[in-house]
Amino acid sequence: MTLPNGWEMVVGLEVHTELRTTTKMFCGCANAFGAAPNTHVCPVCLGLPGSLPVLNVRAVDLAMAIGLALHSRIGFSTFHRKNYFYPDMPKDFQISQYDLPINSGGYLDLPDGSQVTIERAHLEEDTGKTTHLGASGRIHGADRSLVDYNRSGVPLVEIVSGPDIRSSTQARLYASELRGILIATGASDGRMEEGSMRIDANVSVRKSGAPFGTRCEIKNLNSLRSLVRAIDFEALRQSELLDEGGVVRQETRHWDDAVGATSTMRVKEEAEDYRYFREPDLVDLDPDVAWQERIRAALGPMPAERRRALLDRLSEPTPSQLDALEVVIDLGLDDYVVAALNGGVDDALAIARAANEIAADVEHRDNLTSDAFVSTLRMESSGNLSATQAKTVLAELLANGGDPSSIAKAKGFEQLSSDSLGATVATLIDEHPDEWTRYREGDEKLAQFFIGQVMKVTKGQANGKAVIAELQSRR
Amino acid sequence: MKSAREIVQDVKGGATTASAELEHSLEAIRARNEELNVFVHIDEDDARAIARNVDERVAKGEDPGALAGVPIALKDNLCRIGVPTTAGSRILEGWKPPYSATVVDLLLAAGAVPVGTTNMDEFAMGSSTETSYYGPTRNPLDPSRVPGGSSGGSAAAVAASMTPVSLGSDTGGSIRQPAALCGVVGVKPTYGLVSRYGLIAFASSLDQIGPFASNVTDAALVLEAIAGHDPRDSTSLPEVSPSLVAGIEAGVAGKRVGLVRELIEGADPEVLAAVERAADVLRDAGATVVELSIPECRLGLSAYYLIAPAEASSNLARYDGVRYGLRVDAQDVSAMNEATRTLGFGAEVKRRIMLGTYALSAGYYDAYYGQALKVRTQMIDAFRSAYREADLLLGATAPSVAFRFGEKTSNPLAMYLSDVFTIPTNLAGDPAISVPFGTGEAGLPVGVQLLGPGRSEGQLLAAARVLERARES
Amino acid sequence: MATPLRREDVAKVAKLARLALSDSELDMFTEQLGQILEHANDIAALKLDDVVATAHPYGLINVVRDDVLIPCLPVEDVLAMAPDAEDGRFAVPRILGEAP
Ligand SMILES: [Mg+2]
Ligand SMILES: [Zn+2]
Repeated sequence: MTLPNGWEMVVGLEVHTELRTTTKMFCGCANAFGAAPNTHVCPVCLGLPGSLPVLNVRAVDLAMAIGLALHSRIGFSTFHRKNYFYPDMPKDFQISQYDLPINSGGYLDLPDGSQVTIERAHLEEDTGKTTHLGASGRIHGADRSLVDYNRSGVPLVEIVSGPDIRSSTQARLYASELRGILIATGASDGRMEEGSMRIDANVSVRKSGAPFGTRCEIKNLNSLRSLVRAIDFEALRQSELLDEGGVVRQETRHWDDAVGATSTMRVKEEAEDYRYFREPDLVDLDPDVAWQERIRAALGPMPAERRRALLDRLSEPTPSQLDALEVVIDLGLDDYVVAALNGGVDDALAIARAANEIAADVEHRDNLTSDAFVSTLRMESSGNLSATQAKTVLAELLANGGDPSSIAKAKGFEQLSSDSLGATVATLIDEHPDEWTRYREGDEKLAQFFIGQVMKVTKGQANGKAVIAELQSRR
Repeated sequence: MKSAREIVQDVKGGATTASAELEHSLEAIRARNEELNVFVHIDEDDARAIARNVDERVAKGEDPGALAGVPIALKDNLCRIGVPTTAGSRILEGWKPPYSATVVDLLLAAGAVPVGTTNMDEFAMGSSTETSYYGPTRNPLDPSRVPGGSSGGSAAAVAASMTPVSLGSDTGGSIRQPAALCGVVGVKPTYGLVSRYGLIAFASSLDQIGPFASNVTDAALVLEAIAGHDPRDSTSLPEVSPSLVAGIEAGVAGKRVGLVRELIEGADPEVLAAVERAADVLRDAGATVVELSIPECRLGLSAYYLIAPAEASSNLARYDGVRYGLRVDAQDVSAMNEATRTLGFGAEVKRRIMLGTYALSAGYYDAYYGQALKVRTQMIDAFRSAYREADLLLGATAPSVAFRFGEKTSNPLAMYLSDVFTIPTNLAGDPAISVPFGTGEAGLPVGVQLLGPGRSEGQLLAAARVLERARES
Repeated sequence: MATPLRREDVAKVAKLARLALSDSELDMFTEQLGQILEHANDIAALKLDDVVATAHPYGLINVVRDDVLIPCLPVEDVLAMAPDAEDGRFAVPRILGEAP
């Protein structure tokens, strides 16, 4: 979307990501999504009198991994208390990092060639979850709220970008590239729908080249789609407001996905006084070089690098293949694709089967070895399996593992012997003399007609290539 | 009453039983608790069950531990699973922790027998135990006077021979000052020597748990049992628990003792005289006594009354009526928080919460809290250099003997001044001990204070033992 | 040097701390806190630009725990503490604003 009258949007994003640790940030309770309410709580994450926090080393490792992937400076850092009252926060303060974050500076290169600077990526704890009872089920008009502290104390890293983003498209690109990095580092599962990645957007507008305008912060963006819609809505709102001679108030605004609009949540004057001060129950963090190098050494290649590696091996990818490629990168299915390509499988097929069939059941990927994947695709391209059969075999491999050819046997995917296929083709030729004549006169389109007929008769058991061979032998 | 050390020997030797010693203790409590209001919670049957368990272990020939059968009183801010723990506040009335403090686990493992929880100033904010929601505790030596505070109940329990030993917590003098006013021994250990896990926080960077006892050796015995690294407290020192009882008779021969001007100035004449006599005793025992000055101590009170309230304002935010403790219903959640806290907290706690909130709030942080943290740095450096000239330091614990009820309640600053000699070591994180030595006005006990560098508890206890021996002779 | 404490400062601070004060309490606390802060001006006035702040008495660093599960509290014990609870959650009256 381009703004009217030469307005330009200026956007910075704050991305909160939950870290994939076994336990919470400061206690040994499980960091798990979807458990029964208040079953993953202890004196520490309930903020009981006398309880004390102890930092989870895994959360530090993952925060450093994110920092390294974003080219940040990792250094001496401290924890602070951010003080404000809210029922989802058991201690009525949040343990966060303030003037000395674990990661400062850095940048993220986007696939479109642009670069977005990273200001900081710091550690902090998540809050509990509130459910609003009453008419709307939303906070407004609710007469009672219920709090579940299972999420309280789950480790978060907040990644703050510079105000470098100039379009909702670029914002989306940044968010999805960052998401890829978070998944690649093992820091996050990137599941926005489960809230493990949440985005706030700082949006302002200006005439290009002019100094930045007053910004509004939009909260509660929990999908890439709402990110794009919210930024476009807010930038347009501000530019129209200014065109009408109005002024933009610095405020926090709430994005309502249903209504498709942002609305005032809190104006700056009402801003809280958080009374930040050093958390006296935690000591300073100062990861030495050895610790940082251990994390760096464990880092695999980042999405950009892997994208390049795969693109090099594609002849000339179609747009849909490029989309499929992003799915492969996103889910980290590169190894399957590379193995298939090395195994001489056609690149379009390799990417399609990975981005569709494996992606469809990706949580069971461990059941599917690259060897099994490759040999299944080999059987398909060599005509020993039809596309339908290959997909069924892959589904079975993902579900229960095993050996492709024995699965094919068990499922009765015996290749029709060539003479039985020949017989079928012969019969069809007799039944469709006109089509056969036109095919013999060189109308290749009719090959598809005959393939379709054969598939109908054989219920998809035949292989397209083999059918064409039969037709040609009779031409 | 028997000393803790005697009880352990006799219980292990079969001369007595934990159960019998517990009954002595319960008797003494029944005799005077009504009058003195020392204990806020007692569960006799629960205590009897623990004592019986110790006796069974003895019968089986097992070693019941270093505190076998010793009745002990716990300050009302130490969590014990299932036992009402309120920190002297209405806002936690009836709250039963679902977990136990590390020190409580250690005491039970050592065979000690917790008899009940003792009264304290609300959230340990006070120097007289007058701010407790459960009424003031009276000084067993003169019931018209305060026992000191905030651990007044734990000091009084020992002074009234209700238990041979007890635990308190010391944030700005809350163990040493009541120990002095009640004529018992009180130790504020090195910050991080004793785990704070399960201690209801007042000011996290200053709080330390420590023992009260009727004699120095018993204090060492208890401290030895509760000291040591705890992975549940990030500020817990990594070293293992020190051996303290073994060296208790080591004396002070060859030690350099620094008599600190700022830790006696403004004290009552009798207090001053006691400290000087203590210096003589240490000199006679072979120590060299040098007079020295630590001017930074004069800034301690101000720094403390910014740092402690600042941390407290945040530590006490959680008492909001949502999860546990008192709730006063209201239209919306903020109103409910406010109504709950307004009814649940007493005036002194409100005073300090507001003071701390102000010290941290935008525009004042640098002038107050920020400056206080820098003064703390200077305090630490000052003590470090003092410990280059002296092995340990000597001063008064409190400016005067036990004062009368209501004497200082109307003027907070006057009350705060009763901690002026104890606060500096909390800021420095170093250990200190108050040992009864001599008497003052109306024959009430005076406490002298011995201070040392981090982890010098052994040396402090040995020096305190020298003063104790002189008192006995 | 910090400015003397005003009545409105105390009112603002009380609001921040979720405490309600009567007019007479407001007067009392303004006077008492004023005295304490006046006493504290001896350090507010100090020139300490080159002194570093100390938050911990002993400078430990990198105190961490392994990422290992520890048993949680039984949910019934958790809810037993709650002033008000409903289907496994802590219940509170209406929340007026979103979290900051
Ligand atoms: Mg944040
Ligand atoms: Zn927990």
